[in-house]
Amino acid sequence: MTSPDLFNNHVAIQWCPGCPNFGILTAVKKALAGLGLKPHDVCLVSGIGQAAKLPHYLQCHFFNGLHGRAIPAALGIHAANPQLTTLVTTGEGDCYGEGGNHLLHAFRRNPHITVIVHNNEIYALTKGQGSPTTPAGEIRSLHVQGVEASPLNMLAVAVAHRCPFVARGFALDPDALTTLIMEAVQWPGLALVEVIQPCITWGRHPLDWYRERVRPIPQTHDPTDQEAALSLLLKEENRFMVGCFYKNDTRTLFGARFRQRFGDATLALSAFPSPERTLELLQEFRPAPCT
Amino acid sequence: MECTMVIAGSAGEGIQTIGDVLADTLSSQGYAVFTWQEYESRIRGGQNSYTIRVSESPMNAPTVEADIFLYLNREALEKYSQRLKAGAILLGESAASESSIVVPFKDLARSVSGRTIYANTIAMGALAAVVGVEQAALEKVLTKEFAAKGDEVVRANHKAAALGFDHALQACRDRCPWTFPKKEKAYYLISGNEALALGAFHAGCRFIAAYPMTPSTGIITYLAKHWEKAGVFCEQAEDEIAAVNMALGASFAGARAMTATSGGGFALMVEGISLSGMTEVPLVIVLAQRPGPATGLPTRTAQGDLLFAVHAGHGEFPKAILAPSDAEDAVHTMCRAFHLADQFQIPVIVLSDQLLADSRFSIENFHLEKAVRRSFLADPKDFTDYKRYAFTETGVSPRLSPGQGPHLVTADSDEHDEWGHITEDLVVTAPSMHAKRLKKISFLQKAMQPPLAYRTEDAEDVFCTWGSTKGAALEAVEALRRTGARVGLLHWSELWPPPVAALPERVRLWAVENNATAQWASLMALGYGRTVDKKVLRHDGLPLTAHDIWRAYHDLA
Repeated sequence: MTSPDLFNNHVAIQWCPGCPNFGILTAVKKALAGLGLKPHDVCLVSGIGQAAKLPHYLQCHFFNGLHGRAIPAALGIHAANPQLTTLVTTGEGDCYGEGGNHLLHAFRRNPHITVIVHNNEIYALTKGQGSPTTPAGEIRSLHVQGVEASPLNMLAVAVAHRCPFVARGFALDPDALTTLIMEAVQWPGLALVEVIQPCITWGRHPLDWYRERVRPIPQTHDPTDQEAALSLLLKEENRFMVGCFYKNDTRTLFGARFRQRFGDATLALSAFPSPERTLELLQEFRPAPCT
Repeated sequence: MECTMVIAGSAGEGIQTIGDVLADTLSSQGYAVFTWQEYESRIRGGQNSYTIRVSESPMNAPTVEADIFLYLNREALEKYSQRLKAGAILLGESAASESSIVVPFKDLARSVSGRTIYANTIAMGALAAVVGVEQAALEKVLTKEFAAKGDEVVRANHKAAALGFDHALQACRDRCPWTFPKKEKAYYLISGNEALALGAFHAGCRFIAAYPMTPSTGIITYLAKHWEKAGVFCEQAEDEIAAVNMALGASFAGARAMTATSGGGFALMVEGISLSGMTEVPLVIVLAQRPGPATGLPTRTAQGDLLFAVHAGHGEFPKAILAPSDAEDAVHTMCRAFHLADQFQIPVIVLSDQLLADSRFSIENFHLEKAVRRSFLADPKDFTDYKRYAFTETGVSPRLSPGQGPHLVTADSDEHDEWGHITEDLVVTAPSMHAKRLKKISFLQKAMQPPLAYRTEDAEDVFCTWGSTKGAALEAVEALRRTGARVGLLHWSELWPPPVAALPERVRLWAVENNATAQWASLMALGYGRTVDKKVLRHDGLPLTAHDIWRAYHDLA
């Protein structure tokens, strides 16, 4: 266990004062410290949006790339250096909209990284348009008579594809969120943590409206039971249910075969192959020896 | 002795195997072989051709007209009838003219196995007899080719090849002048894609992500096949956007990383090129060109994406464009690409094309010792307070990789300060950071290698070429010189920013390109203030040949 203060920096935060994103930031710092990690052990990867600015607000390595592209960048980083603890901080527009395809394929690949999705059900930075999780019927700036499309239920999609760790947290309960993120980071495989993050600027409800609705997953739920997890997630009335829905530690990890052969060492450039090694590979292109 | 063989047939009839095995056999006899292929974008059917050019010393350029034409069906003969030299030997199952050698491939195949699956091996044996290679040499290559399928398959192939060989030998007595007896010479016979992949390996590349797209796929295919020996992490991405961002992630983490694609995939990667420019994360992209726009002619060749590559990426930032000309150059160009990407922390685009990608070249020596390889990663011990985007004299900031030490490494697609944090300071930070990146261009330009100048000293006409047309242009210069024409060649393998070069004065400059709009000529105007006088352009999906240049010279000079 290290101190969460280790992760503090002095960068001025651009979020709206009072934004629940601050609760997520606190939880990320506490979780990393709780796992005994130091800033240089951690690489945060993000795309674009308010959530994607999170890596700037704590001390660590970070790659703040393009809209929707956090997951492929994180895969590249993780492939090259699996010793880093790699997390993606993203919003639902970034991760489920612009980058949805990458998340689907991350379910297949199963890299040992944690994806934290700040879900405010809205495009906040571009001033209040509907997002992939906006409830149908909600009036938004580009949907003046209400959003027609249905919201994505990505946690159900994740469970359907046996994503190894699928959870939902609540930004206004940073302590519980800290515990969830700690478990997610440690879990061997892809962890998807969707966080209910009410938008205090463009949202339709006061924060208490969310506090009244958020409730834990029943203690009787067995998170290793895929069908039970799916059945919880498919019920509309459970959309404010928080905790870990699904856990699975049986799947092959991204890069397992490569790492079994070459170990966990970084692929960072340290030496060049000797000309002899290249010549050895070139032998294949020599004509068959004639005798 | 030189000879061009064209093997034509439908996809699925085995022309690739016939061509590869024949090429390997001639190579094993000590001859220089060059092959090129043109094929339709389908798995079965259509009509495709595989051309083998064999000579005493390397002639790594395409020829079109056949001395020997092997056709596996009648439609192939009709489609390619214009590719026959006067007096060409035709080899097929049925007589097409007086000069036909008839070998009933399928009937003979049935006599071997009761089925027609060995028909292509019979055709292969027949072709070997016509071109005059020893049967034993063919058998050795067949053994190697089919070893993995077991002794029985090898034996059946030997039997089939012998049948075809004997049959053709009887028929071609006194009519076939060619003979390629064993010589004490050995060339590597390697495709452009394989050479690009090996060049990446030699340059220290440890990560490639790519989405399959013809004609670039051979690069990741080679590396994936040899992943254990080469130690390259190969990932098939879900799309080209993912591929380029994965490569950037791996590169950020310190690995030399690349991706490869063709025009349509490259279009999707463009945001990643801009990201590389902004984050100053080195990136190498191979862009194997084929004719566009859009899906275009997926399996054909072109040099039509040069200006696209030069202008790829929103915003203003330095990038380098290279274009290897043959397999040896491909190895060295990949080393250069990684070197420049690392040295200047920029995206580098390597322009290949279908001709380079699929052709097999004969290379005597790769001169690997000439490849300049150097790491530009900084030493964490040199810093107490590390700033990833520190302002420097050259605009290049010391680069560390995350995990190298206690220092924190950042990358930001937003405009940022020296630590990599978002800035909105339009007075000092943002303009300084923009200027820092642009400062690298002048240093990069000085590092670019000048064009090859060949026989330009007394030339009146100078062909200006880039990339895969080099072989054809060199051959055209030689041929025209033999007739007394004072022609020379300027050939660029490094294109952008245009390397410093003194172009010859008082000569006529010729744009010689595999595109419709003379794209390099427009960059020459930009870079050197010189306008070309004549243009030789081919843009029908087929490679530009020495013959095209020769003919254009006679028509236009």
